[in-house]
Amino acid sequence: MNAVIKFLKKPIASSLLAILVGFIVAAVVLAVAGYDPIGSFAALFQGALGKPKYIANVIIKATPILLTGVGVAFAFQTGLFNIGAEGQYIAATILSSIVGITLDLPAVLEIPLVILAGVAGGAALGAFIGFLKARFGIHEVITSIMTNWIMLYLCNFVVMSDAFHKPNSTSALPIHSSGYITILHEWKTTDAAVDALAGVPWLREALLKTDLNAGFIIAVLVAVAESILLARTKLGYELRAVGYNKDAALFAGIPVNRSIVLCMLISGAVCGLAGALNITGIAPHTITLLAAQEGYGFNGLSVAFIAGCSCVGCIPASLLFSGLIYGGMSVQQVMGAPSDIINIMIGTIVFFIALPAVTRRIAEWLERRQEAKAAAGDAALPGKEA
Amino acid sequence: MEVSSEYAVQMHGILKKFGAFTALDHVDLDVKRQTVHAILGENGAGKTTLMNILYGLYQADEGGVFINGEEAQITSPTEAIRRGIGMVHQHFMLVENFTVTENIILGDEVCGAAGVLDMKKAREEVLAISQEYGFDVDPDARIEDISVGMQQRVEILKALYRGAEILILDEPTAVLTPPEIEKLIEIMHDLTSKGKTIIIITHKLKEILESADECSIIRRGVYMGKVDVKESNETDLASRMVGRNVNLKVEKTKAHPGEVLLSIRRLTVADERGIDQVRELDLDVRSGEIVGLAGIDGNGQQELVDAICSLIKVKAGRIMVGGHEVQNTTPRNVFEHAVATIPSDRHRWGLVLPMMVEENTVLERHGEDLFGKGIMLDYDKLHEYTHTLVERFDIRPSGCEQERMSGLSGGNQQKAIIARQVSYVPDILIAFQPTRGLDVGAIEFVHKTLIAERDRGAAILLISYELDEVMDVSDTIDVIYHGKIVGSFEQGTVDEKELGLLMAGGGSQ
Repeated sequence: MNAVIKFLKKPIASSLLAILVGFIVAAVVLAVAGYDPIGSFAALFQGALGKPKYIANVIIKATPILLTGVGVAFAFQTGLFNIGAEGQYIAATILSSIVGITLDLPAVLEIPLVILAGVAGGAALGAFIGFLKARFGIHEVITSIMTNWIMLYLCNFVVMSDAFHKPNSTSALPIHSSGYITILHEWKTTDAAVDALAGVPWLREALLKTDLNAGFIIAVLVAVAESILLARTKLGYELRAVGYNKDAALFAGIPVNRSIVLCMLISGAVCGLAGALNITGIAPHTITLLAAQEGYGFNGLSVAFIAGCSCVGCIPASLLFSGLIYGGMSVQQVMGAPSDIINIMIGTIVFFIALPAVTRRIAEWLERRQEAKAAAGDAALPGKEA
Repeated sequence: MEVSSEYAVQMHGILKKFGAFTALDHVDLDVKRQTVHAILGENGAGKTTLMNILYGLYQADEGGVFINGEEAQITSPTEAIRRGIGMVHQHFMLVENFTVTENIILGDEVCGAAGVLDMKKAREEVLAISQEYGFDVDPDARIEDISVGMQQRVEILKALYRGAEILILDEPTAVLTPPEIEKLIEIMHDLTSKGKTIIIITHKLKEILESADECSIIRRGVYMGKVDVKESNETDLASRMVGRNVNLKVEKTKAHPGEVLLSIRRLTVADERGIDQVRELDLDVRSGEIVGLAGIDGNGQQELVDAICSLIKVKAGRIMVGGHEVQNTTPRNVFEHAVATIPSDRHRWGLVLPMMVEENTVLERHGEDLFGKGIMLDYDKLHEYTHTLVERFDIRPSGCEQERMSGLSGGNQQKAIIARQVSYVPDILIAFQPTRGLDVGAIEFVHKTLIAERDRGAAILLISYELDEVMDVSDTIDVIYHGKIVGSFEQGTVDEKELGLLMAGGGSQ
């Protein structure tokens, strides 16, 4: 019982409980709509984990939202609400594409340059939002949302401009293939590769049928690095102090405005990395016309909240999120149930992330009950009084 | 004690636990009707917890509550209000941009036919109650435009409007100026003479003597008995509250002032609205002396401190620290000139509450190599360093280095700030309201520390709204009124009356 109480007091308990509630609500919705919940969940898991190809795709789809999630969580821990992850992501895809289309260098140079361009784009946009807040006191939520739209239309403008547009399509030219970070992307289409992989079917499937790339590893490293930055460095200490109490930080001589700009710059850089990795990592390796925002940034918000705004927590949260989305497509294919159910489920999970208060109450209630029991037990022992 | 209708409130054998911590250990309270009853105790003694139980915010684990001799199950504030209990919290719960009337009727609106709000009737009702008790409150004024004392009266009106017969006032004088305190005590006596019963929670001994009839004392969650205030005095109350003899008199030797370390010349500072709050102020503080600045809240003290710390720009004049001008630079620059400041609002300016104690003790100097080379912060060093401060300054609970700062009591939070500022070995120490909200035990500690710093050779500027504190601790007493120094005295050459007159602008200067 003590272990249960201790567990319930941990922040992770509320995330797990929220996920459980999410599944329950989804089951009810499915049942009401006339679909078998058990079968649907089976299809969901099958669709997310059933084949190496599926797992590879879940990881691929988790990469950008892991990074935008880390970006949002990082900003949140320092007291800023970066709802502009979407715009920073788009800014990065634009710059990465432009650099990748324009330059044609060996991979050792091309890849870092294309990625750096995207990171710089996200960072600059983030820093701009931070600057507006620090200098003029404009709330970051307002400026973030505005820049999201500005970036969307800027992206469309670049796609359609003569210099970058790919004729007879809705996208820009792809970047030069030396900028691809797809794992073994040249080798895997050769005959030698087909021979070598014939003996290892799971690897063959994961490599050949997907765009499996190095992005997820980079993203995990970034998540860990951000966690260390926040918890163990002097800079992280300052950023957290500013986030929790700007006035006390100012009073203590910490440059508050610089911290705000820096925090948004770092957050924007991480969101930008998400965009850069998508350009270098997955087809079509360029930007396309956007009718609406793709949601990489907004899904990052959900990931950050499921993770309880812990940067490392974003790793499992992004895998869960991407697993639900990707596996959810098979719910539609196998059961005929609309994949919107999955969105309801995700929505419910995020909604119930507000559960910390509830889990804490449950823990306290259990504790009280235990104490009452202990007290009753003491009274029942007659020798105790003497 | 027997349950009787002679008593407005009786609470018997109240036990309240929070987890393993016993906040109240079988506490009794018997409040006679139509009296002012004080509950006295140190910070964290359980006074507010007891009142929150009475008001239905918490449930007692054991014990009974009786209102006018009848057993009452008070499970919610709604139930408490129904039984005629009203509570005014230390931090006001008012909507800033609503008028007085709107605030008072909020949640209990006067409605005409079809649920239309009848503001005219509401306003009349508010005005009537206000006049009945001599509150002198403008029903149409916006909360943001009226003084803190007025806002408190609005809170009391709010309770009376809901039919309160028993009023609980939680630390009502913490935010008031001396004249406002006087007015409040007047109002309290007026209310009891008109049939109300008042319970005040406080740790200010003087006010208990002036306002209360009886006083119940709680020490660390244990009921220490009831005192007839008429037969008691400050020293008696203080030692009952703390559990040992407390020295209310500040012990110190004669000052031996040295060279001038802080020198302010013709300083003019405007507030956010552009109105001058500090006007051509001159002030000197020498090494080895404590200069106390007496004055009523709002006479430029806040702006003066903000200007010294370079939090705001000065309009004119100079602030010299050891011969260097520091005005209009940065807080960091001022700190690097060996100026340490104990801020008036510890939660806002002094601490980062959600962070650990050991993170809070290095707020100004975490960047030094002592706490880790390069970009990393060495938490082992932090821990070690904080441990010595916790021991040296007796910050409780001992071993709290990795607790969140928010988990410490107010007195210990203040100790942590003082420990931090003193550990910098500053040349100049600015202490702005250093004992605000502290109990006598903690106040004694703060005053001793200030004097020890003085004897070490620091120049100390003490700014306080508590006249007693300024008179007891300072070697030189300056009076600030309207942003100017209007009088300067050596300690012992001036009395409370003369200072009070100057503070209120009644001086000849």
